[in-house]
Amino acid sequence: MSEQPVKCVQPAGGLVEKAAPAAAAPETKQEVKMAPLARVGKPAPDFVANCYKGGKFGKVKLSDFRGHWVMVCFYPGDFTFV
Amino acid sequence: MISLSTDSQFSHKIWNETELSKMVEGGIPWAMGSDQTGAIGTAYGVHDEEAGVNIRGRFLVDPDGVIVAMEVMTPPVGRNINEFIRQVKAYQHVRATGGAEVMPADWHPGDPTLKPGPDLVGNVWKVWKPKK
Repeated sequence: MSEQPVKCVQPAGGLVEKAAPAAAAPETKQEVKMAPLARVGKPAPDFVANCYKGGKFGKVKLSDFRGHWVMVCFYPGDFTFV
Repeated sequence: MISLSTDSQFSHKIWNETELSKMVEGGIPWAMGSDQTGAIGTAYGVHDEEAGVNIRGRFLVDPDGVIVAMEVMTPPVGRNINEFIRQVKAYQHVRATGGAEVMPADWHPGDPTLKPGPDLVGNVWKVWKPKK
């Protein structure tokens, strides 16, 4: 985690490699970039997210963990029951 | 380990302080990430647009950044961390052998592994039997 100054509103982060906007779809046969999608056996879509860790706020980036085994775990929400 | 939900990092802090630290000594040691736009969950196929949340999904990423295993569950049932740890150990073993050994169903550390080759075809039953 890289520590960041705390602000009321800050960019949410998200995927590092985003899909090209539709308006940019060229008339030529240039390849339109698709948003990455998670599949087993394929590279994990890289992302940056605001985070909390050990009393501090910062940003966490998946590709910073290269060389390590990583568990990426999604859950419905804080304070939910299961 | 990175956890992600659509809550803010501020919510994560209070959840950790008021509840999780009472179940886990010292609180949560990993980065609790915020995916407020759902963009990350969407890429991982776990974002529920109607509810605005990410459903339960966990992904094992190897040291090259490749997803080797995933499990996605609807919300009312919790996960089993022991099965995840079993998978991590199995994939680590595969990697340590450069893929020369593979792990049969329900493999646990110490169990026999399989070495794919012409002699193994049709003979898996000799080296592996289902546990009762």
